[in-house]
Amino acid sequence: MSFRQPSILPGFGLTLGFSTFFLSAIVLVPLAALVMKTATMGWDDFVRVVTDPRAVASYRLSFGASLLAATLNCVFGFIIAWTLVRYEFPGRKLIDSLIDMPFALPTAVSGIALTAVFAENGWIGQHIAPLGIKVAYTWIGVVVALTLIGLPFVVRSVQPAIAEVQRDLEDAAETLGAGRFTIFRRIILPTVFPALATGFTLAFARAVGEYGSVIFIAGNLPMRTEITPLLIVIKLEQFDYKGAAALGFIMLTMSFVMLLSINLLQAWSRRRMVAAGR
Amino acid sequence: MAGGPSKEMLAEIASRPGRDTLISSAVRYVFILVSLGFLAALLFAPLATVFITALSKGWQMYFESFKDEDTLAAIRLTLTVAAIVVPTNTVFGIAAAWAIAKFEFRGKSFLITLIDLPIAVSPVISGLVYVLLFGAQGWFGLWLQEHDISIIFAVPGIVLATMFVTFPYVARELIPLMQQLGNDEEEAAITLGAGGLMTFFHVTLPKIRWGLVYGVILCNARAMGEFGAVSVVSGHIRGLTTTMPLHVEILYNEYNFVGAFAVASLLTLLAVLTLIIKSLVEMKRK
Repeated sequence: MSFRQPSILPGFGLTLGFSTFFLSAIVLVPLAALVMKTATMGWDDFVRVVTDPRAVASYRLSFGASLLAATLNCVFGFIIAWTLVRYEFPGRKLIDSLIDMPFALPTAVSGIALTAVFAENGWIGQHIAPLGIKVAYTWIGVVVALTLIGLPFVVRSVQPAIAEVQRDLEDAAETLGAGRFTIFRRIILPTVFPALATGFTLAFARAVGEYGSVIFIAGNLPMRTEITPLLIVIKLEQFDYKGAAALGFIMLTMSFVMLLSINLLQAWSRRRMVAAGR
Repeated sequence: MAGGPSKEMLAEIASRPGRDTLISSAVRYVFILVSLGFLAALLFAPLATVFITALSKGWQMYFESFKDEDTLAAIRLTLTVAAIVVPTNTVFGIAAAWAIAKFEFRGKSFLITLIDLPIAVSPVISGLVYVLLFGAQGWFGLWLQEHDISIIFAVPGIVLATMFVTFPYVARELIPLMQQLGNDEEEAAITLGAGGLMTFFHVTLPKIRWGLVYGVILCNARAMGEFGAVSVVSGHIRGLTTTMPLHVEILYNEYNFVGAFAVASLLTLLAVLTLIIKSLVEMKRK
């Protein structure tokens, strides 16, 4: 097989050349600079920086809070998607379009707004403070911010899948005596699961790297409420370029793994769709 | 949603007897309540807070905050950066979509993955890579210093970091759309003697224009709102290298809440406008 299949359309060389050049200049060369900077620091230095207790504490918060947020998103994202697809109620269209808000809203804005709402004198903060729950300036605040950021990814992945669930099957199952839980487990969940997994991974990937919305609500105490991206910024401010590059390299590797799993998940769910004859 | 049940079929099924049991209505109300409650706490309350805090000292103070020199400079810088980044990424997006959607070549899916890369990368890393290239201790740092060119802690760095972050948006919107539309009409135009540009402007562009509009406004919203990447390369020099989101942070840290939320309210309106255009585009497509 040759490099490309023949076509009578013009512009292949020009458009492919321009886009690969531009991609290299803006994205690939700079990312290569990060990898090379990490490579210059030697294995021992690298291990020392990335296993530093403060760095490890930041991974625990970044990954732990992101996992929790993505899980919350799967639960509430499924409920919201189900409500939007299956039920008719006033304002449904409006709410459906507002789901994309966290995606369009600048992260600094969601950060200060969430902090204002969940601070001890905020609308919600003042009602849960007497219960002994502090959200702003604790790890819970980090989870709240990451949940808001990830929500559209889960809802938008799951919505089309819920629309695919065949109601005839649900009805048939009910006539044959299946309970609600059985219908959910045996009919709805199998159809929706690949989309849910994709949404989970997308939300998780976005949450791990998130910076703007978190730093306002987190309190940013070293070892306690400091996320990894913030630690990179702190290292840069101290002109510790190598340390920043090493942590950046760890996060970049994680991003690659995520991107790969998203692609695999999507391929898997497409195969399932084909196998199911849809 | 090709292949899914049609609206009529759903309505027909919904009207079947036995649908409206006590439990199913209960489930229905619980689902709607949980959805609305969750969104109210996490989304509607913060959105309302932005405007209520911005207007807490009255309209006069609200408009007063936009007379501040540094705020105006931040708005100008944000508009300038978007005016450079959005057209550049639009041209890239169209070129990449043409190459990927119209031709079959080896390594195509790998190329698509690479284009998507900036979305998976943390914004802090998008800024970091440019500091490592052009910063004082970066690969080209010394050379740039000798020639008296500043990129980091200056406008060019902000433009580059924003370009990195918003790189995929137009291409991502156009590639699936153009793949779905196929090549037949373009091939017919070329066979009948039209040139490449003429084919693009008269055949392809009219078909993809709504997708293009959406990609461009999404790219614009992200460009104007980018915080993490720009924060790393900007140096936070008031009135010179602070974009609107960075200015929000500065005002907020100075406890100037009316000012911070006033600038934030502009950015929120931009997001609302983006979503309105998105809804219009979706209606046009149908």
